[in-house]
Amino acid sequence: MNLRRYSKKKGFLKLIRKEYLIEKGFFTLAMVMIATVLLMFAFVVIESLPAFGHSGFFNFLVGLRWSPDMNIFGIFPMIVGSILTTAISLIIAVPMSVSCAIYLEEMAPAKLKDYFKPVIQTLAGIPSVIYGFFGLTLIAPIIRNIFGGSGFSILTASVVLALMILPTIISLSQDAIKSVPNQFREASFGLGSTQWQCIKYIILPTALPGIITAVILGMGRAVGETLAVLMLAGNVSVIPSSLASPIRTLTSNIALEMGYATGIHYSALFATGVILFMVIMVLMIVSTLCSK
Amino acid sequence: MFKLKINVKNFNVSFSDNQILKNINMKIPKNTVTALIGPSGCGKSTFLRSINRMNDFSSNFKRNGSIYVDGEDIYGENVDVVDLRKRIGMVFQKANPFPMSIFENVAYGLKIHGLKDKKELFDTVKRSLKQAALWGEIKDKLDSSALSLSGGQQQRLCIARTIAISPEVILMDEPCSALDPISTLKIEDLICELKRDYTIVLVTHNMQQAKRSSDLTSFFLDGEVIESGLTKDIFSNPKMEKTEDYILGRFG
Repeated sequence: MNLRRYSKKKGFLKLIRKEYLIEKGFFTLAMVMIATVLLMFAFVVIESLPAFGHSGFFNFLVGLRWSPDMNIFGIFPMIVGSILTTAISLIIAVPMSVSCAIYLEEMAPAKLKDYFKPVIQTLAGIPSVIYGFFGLTLIAPIIRNIFGGSGFSILTASVVLALMILPTIISLSQDAIKSVPNQFREASFGLGSTQWQCIKYIILPTALPGIITAVILGMGRAVGETLAVLMLAGNVSVIPSSLASPIRTLTSNIALEMGYATGIHYSALFATGVILFMVIMVLMIVSTLCSK
Repeated sequence: MFKLKINVKNFNVSFSDNQILKNINMKIPKNTVTALIGPSGCGKSTFLRSINRMNDFSSNFKRNGSIYVDGEDIYGENVDVVDLRKRIGMVFQKANPFPMSIFENVAYGLKIHGLKDKKELFDTVKRSLKQAALWGEIKDKLDSSALSLSGGQQQRLCIARTIAISPEVILMDEPCSALDPISTLKIEDLICELKRDYTIVLVTHNMQQAKRSSDLTSFFLDGEVIESGLTKDIFSNPKMEKTEDYILGRFG
């Protein structure tokens, strides 16, 4: 009774109305975000339709030849390129960054840790074109000397990509390790474990979900990276025969040709974008499944 | 009658410039329960953690003086700290089982010390859980997560985990502070049981608990040991006024 009488009062109604407006306001903003993502995706898909109509989705996907001047669009070598560079960069970066994170969180003296943080942040902040320069002047000649060829290759691009994703994986793994409750360490040491046993059996398993998230985010960055890879990979659209062969990735395909593409070629680049979208989604789903 | 297990001589501890323990001397005989009582912040836990060198992890920890276990200075130069912690187990204030199965929790200590034989592993885990009075409650769900147990069960699991590796001394840092009275009683019974095989040092804020379960009591105040002696003497006939004030609840 009292409540009903109170709810009829003016002040209460005003309050309710205000709450209502705030809630709807936030809801609208959230919807705008979702709509943006959907619109982007829809736009890319619509623009890509002529190319898929021209080649057929399947042929576009598994076609081995990319010759825009003859209107032949096969993207398979670039899918291989994107996956290969990402995989190799992860193979290089994950062990390095996880052990770095373990060292910093579990072993390093506090002072060293303080020095290290800004270094990692700087590493994350360097523009990719600078990484490209670095690879161009340092890594490419080394690869050329060791493996022969031009030096612009899968390996060159992957090494530089690995450097670029290091900071992401390091700092996120560090967070994961930091969030392992200290009582687990105490319990383990209290049972007479060595530090390594504690890390191996207690800390790493407990932090694993966080570390996997770190790796997935690093992977996302590696797949999407365009400029540095474009500067280093050689950009030839063929299935590579060795790690020293040049390669073209999906992202660099778009960036390289967007400037002058017209007609069906233009649309084929959007189709590349659609495939890139799908590759990223498949990789994310696979790695999320792997983590379970 | 009693054989000396732990002998503390002129032991001082400071963190940064804060002196936490001042000139502690204490003798702890084998197969007894020694209760450490005193108000919060008086250094009981620091002292307890000095006995298995858990304070070593604090970078600003400084100490002088010695703690002898079986006549050997545990802060001596050739001491293997990992081995020391195996000999001197610890049960913490907050039950801290690992996020693994119940079985794995108890087996962990055995595994890291090199026990591989499956049968022996299982038998030891079973024996430890029985000794910790937990076996009957959990024998059908050894593979479920230790975190699914109640607080009291978790603490008994931690005790089982500690005794699995057969330490000589068990340090208990307010093991019942987060438990209900029934779980507390179970753990106190357990402490009396364990006394036969182990030497126990128990930090507690619960006067009744100290009275019920310990043989010897030391009263700490501001980093000093004010009074040590047989528990029944301390509680019935304390020599120092401060001790009497504390156990009667006049301060602290």
